Parts: sequence; C-alpha cells; structure tokens
Amino acid sequence: MKKFDKERVLLAVAGPVIALAVAFALTSIVLIASGKNPVEPYTLMFEQATYSDIQVLIINQASMYYIAALAVAIGFRMNLFNIGVDGQYQLAAMAAAIVGAHVALPAPLQIPLLLLTALLTGAFWSGIAGVLKVTRGVSEVVATIMLNSIATAVIGYLWLPTVFGVKVGNNNTTGEMHESGWLPGIDMGAAGEIYGFVIIAVLLGIGYWVVLNRTRFGFDLRASGASESAAAASGVDPKRMVLTAMLISGAISGLAGLPILLGDTHTYSLNFPTGIGFLGIGIALLGRNNPTGIAFAALLWAWLDKASPELDFHGYDKEIAVIMQGIIVLAVVVSYEAVREWGLRRQQRRVGAELAAGHVLGAASAASANNSEKQEVAGR
Amino acid sequence: MANHDIHLTVRKGTVHALVGENGAGKSTLMKILYGMQKPDEGTIAIDGEQVSFSSPADAIARGIGMVHQHFMLADNLTVLENVVLGSEKLYGIGGRARRKISEISDRYGLGVRPDLLVEELGVAARQRVEILKVLYRGATTLILDEPTAVLVPQEVDALFENLRELKAEGLSVIFISHKLGEVLSVADEITVIRRGTTVGTAVPAETTPRQLAELMVGSELPTPETTESTVTDRPVLTVKDLRLETAGGKALLDDITFTIHAGEVLGLAGVEGNGQTELVDALIGLKHADSGTIALAEDEITAWPTRRRREQGVGYIPEDRHRHGLLLEAPLWENRILGHVTEKPNAKGVWLDPKAAQEDTRRIVEEYDVRTPGIDVTAASLSGGNQQKLIVGREMSHKPRFLIAAHPTRGVDVGAQAQIWDQIREARREGLAVLLISADLDELIGLSDTLRVIYNGRLVADADPATITPEELGSAMTGAATGHLEHEAPPADGRKSDPAAVREDTAPEDEAR
Repeated sequence: MKKFDKERVLLAVAGPVIALAVAFALTSIVLIASGKNPVEPYTLMFEQATYSDIQVLIINQASMYYIAALAVAIGFRMNLFNIGVDGQYQLAAMAAAIVGAHVALPAPLQIPLLLLTALLTGAFWSGIAGVLKVTRGVSEVVATIMLNSIATAVIGYLWLPTVFGVKVGNNNTTGEMHESGWLPGIDMGAAGEIYGFVIIAVLLGIGYWVVLNRTRFGFDLRASGASESAAAASGVDPKRMVLTAMLISGAISGLAGLPILLGDTHTYSLNFPTGIGFLGIGIALLGRNNPTGIAFAALLWAWLDKASPELDFHGYDKEIAVIMQGIIVLAVVVSYEAVREWGLRRQQRRVGAELAAGHVLGAASAASANNSEKQEVAGR
Repeated sequence: MANHDIHLTVRKGTVHALVGENGAGKSTLMKILYGMQKPDEGTIAIDGEQVSFSSPADAIARGIGMVHQHFMLADNLTVLENVVLGSEKLYGIGGRARRKISEISDRYGLGVRPDLLVEELGVAARQRVEILKVLYRGATTLILDEPTAVLVPQEVDALFENLRELKAEGLSVIFISHKLGEVLSVADEITVIRRGTTVGTAVPAETTPRQLAELMVGSELPTPETTESTVTDRPVLTVKDLRLETAGGKALLDDITFTIHAGEVLGLAGVEGNGQTELVDALIGLKHADSGTIALAEDEITAWPTRRRREQGVGYIPEDRHRHGLLLEAPLWENRILGHVTEKPNAKGVWLDPKAAQEDTRRIVEEYDVRTPGIDVTAASLSGGNQQKLIVGREMSHKPRFLIAAHPTRGVDVGAQAQIWDQIREARREGLAVLLISADLDELIGLSDTLRVIYNGRLVADADPATITPEELGSAMTGAATGHLEHEAPPADGRKSDPAAVREDTAPEDEAR
C-alpha cells in the first residue's frame, strides 16, 4: 500500500514545516513590532550559513545537540521525560576529564576508557531517578530536575583544588587531559576542524534507529511508550523497562559533552557549555524522536546559535534567534498534536472509504476493483 | 465514505432500534446525529425543522442526548455532582438541582438517589444516572449506544421498563444493539444498516431475530452451539486456592479453584466487576497471586512473568482490546508482533524480522477476514470487529495450549462473531483449553462445556450449559442463588450426556436474602 506510505511521509513532514513557518511568521511580527525590517535578519543569517568556517562551527555544535537530543528521545519513546540530561552530561564530561587527566594509557585504550567513564557516569546519574521511579514511584521529571541541581553542587565540589580542581587564573578546571585522550578531528583547512566525535554521533543515530526498529528490545520500548497497559499485557515488565530506558538515556547523555571535551577544550572548566540538555528536549521534539529528524533539528538549532551573533553587527539583536527557538518549540508541540489527530481521523475515513469501495486485502489481494468486489462477497 | 444514503425517521414517543454489523456505520451516524461529526451531504430535521449541528452542545440544545457505551461519570463524585457537572447554569448546583433530579427520577421511575457516590453504584444504576443526566439537560430524543452490553437479563428488563416510561411520556429513543432478541422486544421500529447505508426497516411484530440478522449480514446465520463434546481428561490449566488481595488486604479473589482440560471451554458467568478482570490478570501474570497456585499442564507458573507464560502457550484475547490488545497508532503488522515479540515469525534471536511479520500479517488478514485495505494502516482505523479478528488471528497463530478469551465477541457484529466462535470451536477440537468470560449469556451457554459463576471474587456456583437457562444463570450472577445452584454430576467430564445435572434445591430468590 504505497499510498499510505506516502501519506505517512507527508504527515511526518507537515508537522515541522507548519511549526517552522509559524515560528518565522511570529518572529517577523516581533521584528515589525519593534520597528525593524522583518526580513533582513533572515537574509543575514542565511548568508552566514554559506561561510565554511561557520559551517564547521554549526556541525561541531550540532553534534552535541544531536547526542543530547537522542538521549531525550529515547525517554520520549517510552513516555519518560528525562529532563536530567543537562546534569548527566555535565557530570559525565567532568568525570571523563578527571579520568583523562589522571590516567595515561595509549590512545586506543584511553579513548574507550573515557567513553566508558562518561557512559557509566551518565547512566549512574539517571539511574538514580530510574530506581526512585520503580521503587518509590517518584516522578522522573521531579527526580531528574533535582538531580540537575545536585549535579551542579557535585561539580562545584569536584572543582575544589583539594579534590580534583586545578585553578588556572580565575578559572576552575580539572587540569589538562593527557594527549592520548584527545580525539583527532577532521581538518578542514582554514575553516577549522570538525570534531572527530561527529562520527560517533552519526553512529549513535544509526544505532538508535536500529535498536528501536529492528530489535525485540526496541519493540518493547516503543510498545511501552505507545500503551503502557498493552505493553504490560504483551509481556513487557514495566518496571524493568523504565529502569533500562532511564539507564540508556543517561548513558547517551553522558556522551553529549564529549565532542568538545575530547576535540577542543581537553579540560572541564567554567567555560564548558551548559544547557545543552535542555536544548536537547526542544530538538528531540522538533525532530519527532526520529534520528534523521533530530539531525536536521540539531543543525537548525546550531545554525540559529552560530549565525545569530552576526546580527549584532547590523543593528539587530541576536536574541531574535532565541525568540525563534522558543517559538519553534511551542509551535512544534501544537502543530504535531494537530497533525497527528488530523492524520488519524483522515486515515480512518480513508480506510472506511476504501472498504466501502471494495478494496479489501482479500484472497488474491489487491487485484482490480471488479475482482476485489467479488472476493469480498466470497470472503463471507 | 463511512455513510451514504442514510434514511432514518424516528417518530415521537417511540423506541427506534438501529442494528447493523460493526463497521456498518452506526457509530458514524450517531456521531453525526449528536453533532460530533458533520455530514458531507443530506439533511437532519427535528419536528420538521431542518437543523445543522457543529458540536454536541448544539445537539443538546435541540434536545438530542446521548448515553455512551462507556459511562462518562466521575467515580468520586456524587450522583448530583455528576449530573450538574457542565450544566450548572440550568438549575444551579444545590437544592434546586436536587429537586429537579428527584422529579425526573420519580417521573420516569429511574430510582436515582442524588447523594450517593457514583463508585457505590452498580453498573445498572450508573446507566440510569447517565440517562438521567441526559434528561436533566432537557433531551427529548435519547440515543443509547449498546446499553445492554453490560447488564444481566434482569437488569435489561428493568432498563426496558424505564424505556417504556420514557416513551409513554412522549420522548423518543434511538436504541443501538447487537442483541436482536432485545431489539425485537423493546423497539417499535427497527432500521438496519449495512455497509454504510440503510438497507431496510422492520416492524418487530412481523420479524424474527433470524430474519433481522440475515438482513443485517445479508447471509445465513450462525448459532453459538457446540456440537459434540471434545473434553479430555488431560488438565491444561489447574488453579488451586487462588487468592488475590488489594493493597489493603481486602480479597479481590478468594478460594478460586478450577481445572480446565484439553478440549474444554470453561465459561465464567458473572456481573462485571466481580473479580473476572482480576482473575484474568492473575492468569496472564499482570497481577501475582497472594496465595494459591496456577499450573499450566505440568508446570507451576504462579511465579512466571507474563512473557514466559505467553511464550509457553497462554493466548490472551483481552476484555478491553484498546487498552490491552492493541497499539492503536501502530500499523497492523506491528500489532501482529505485540505480545509475541520473542516468537517466530516475529523475531530471529534478539532481532525483529519485520518482513516475516508483515508476511504473516497478510496471512492473518486473509485467513481471518480482517477487512482492511492493507497492513500498513493503523489499528485505530479498523472497526472494532476487525480489530478483534486481528487479535484472535494473532493469538491463534501461536497455537496456544490455553486461551483466555474475555468477551471475545463484545462489540463485534454477527458475522465476525460467528467466525470467532468457529475459530474457538476448531481450536478446542484440537485440544485447546479455553477460559471464556462473557456478558452474553447465550454465547456463554452455547460455547461452554462447563459453567462457573463468579460473585464477589468467589466461584459461587456451577451449572451445566446443556440445561441451564440464561435466567437461572442470571440470578446466580446477582448473588441471589449463592450456594443454591447445585449439581449431582461431578464437574467437567461427561456432563453433556446428563441433562438432569442441574437441580435447584430451594427457591433461590427467597433463601438468599
């Protein structure tokens, strides 16, 4: 039934397109209201995207958004809201930085060790919320928000010079990592260097798709998200599934800070990017929890981030980009729900119509209209 | 196109029944009449005046009210609160509203008490509250969507009494039902819908259920009777002293002991909410027994998780297919995987095998006559009967040893019903053990080899399906005949040959009080 496939693609694309159109329109209204040209900022920002050095920045930034959004998306796929990605990735990046500074193995061992450290730290931190949910029924939303705050405190403690901290001027760092743990980038000449971790991010996206769509575990996870009661009746242990999903989500979160840590900063300092976990929520929403969709959403977000500073030089506020991001998230939620309902109803109507017209998947499925009419009668 | 060329005329002061197969378009028609959906063409007129509804509020304003199949009441509010909810402007929320409710209740003999909590009410009483709710809003035309599906025969009679009162007061009732006998007994006029269009009208006095059903499906009709006994002496499911408690220690199920043999259908009769759901949950592993044992053939499965039970041959046709049997927004082939994700053809090792699953879904769709244009449409877009056929096909495809069939034909049209009965019968012949739970007593009596009655979480009576009548069974279900339905024959085997197996020792109604 090719027709329904095409329809599904159309429905999948309609949501984000409507959301983006609404976001652009509303942002233009904001611009007009503040007495500015409503079109020029976009031209400026699009122009930025054509410069190769900005492109590298966008890709590098997007890789972190992408991983964080995948972590959020795993949770979303089974109706778990892991708001704690932010705390998980920061703590994990710091743990990796500390291990990287104190352990010196050859690169083929050092890098896997750092990855493992980050995975486990992230999983540990989200696992706390998971255990609380399955044993005490604490909402994962509340638990992860609190864990974010606790993570900040833990990071502050680890930064103490008496613990793992190294003061560099006014900055708190964890000391420089051994060079064997630096992940080589892809040299783009004058444009700069694309983080080597981008490749890992792509692999994660592929892995995410394969696990969700091609494994028994992925099916159970999606079933739990679609209908908890039906999943339980089908044999999924809901508690174990919650805990597993939480652990996986946390483990992936743990990797979200590594592109920049292993590719650029090589230390966890006060300058380390924060808030990626929260951005990941919006990106996962916009990307419909689909690995390709998330990739586009992450690139879009990174573009808004990296192209907007230019606006300041032309008399616009770069916060326009932030306004846009905010509106996109709002519009996405509304438009997806609307499109989903519309799509379901439309399909119901169409199935009704096809059946009334006699197009039934019958004995000799989908022959000509005349034939299937006969089959249906025979089918009784 | 779900509906076309529909002609329906409902006269004032009559009960007009609407019958038709599932997916025939009854629900769509009701949605249009109640303003939930807009017609593409055609007109609706009330008292000769043409109307157009864009929401249920418009329909209510025009005096059309709907009593849904699934009650829409808040359990933790009182009857009064439920009735006034959303219509506070009509008679306020205090004494005036209470007086109005009592007045309506007395006028139509509904016997509704405004200050009880809804959670304290039985199913029949809740239904009367729903009817009152609609009348309170000034409805002069009531739409009742399968109102008898959840009632025992005695309650159905009481409901019909209420409907006659309504009719006598000049109200019109549109009555949707699958149970043709009931339709014939209560309706003044009958309209039959088939494949989205009205195919005829009938006058009850001149029609038999069989004629009506044949009009509905356009073909010959089945009966649920099983012909010869296939019961063996090989126990497949043995439940002993099963007890299930609430968190507070109150027994939901107590002292449940029964055995189902290969080739046996054990029918469980009972008013809904007497422990059937809990029993099913305990058997499929969604709830674990607080004491007692469950054995599948030789293996004790009491501690097994759901998945292992299903892998080992427990099939499950759930009571609520939307909550427990389907992923509504997933395509049919993913629904074919649901519940059997670890089994062939759905998986190879830890990997899914979508190709094989899709292939097998096509087979199920054809063999079980699931009416769908393809296997990529969502389960939600199929009609209830076709969803059920898919579930039955899926469960049967894994050759279960023991099948839990909870209301297997609820909300399913006669055509599909017959198919499902056939499939259960066929599997039974091949040695399947079935626990059949149904509110349709004819189905229960017709399909079962053994009957048990559950009341208040206990198995209180058993009966021989060969001789018992729905009325006798009905009184045991209300608890009136607790402990008084006794049999001389031993349970399970050889009962079909002994027509004198049922004997009521005392008059059940009087003694039980």
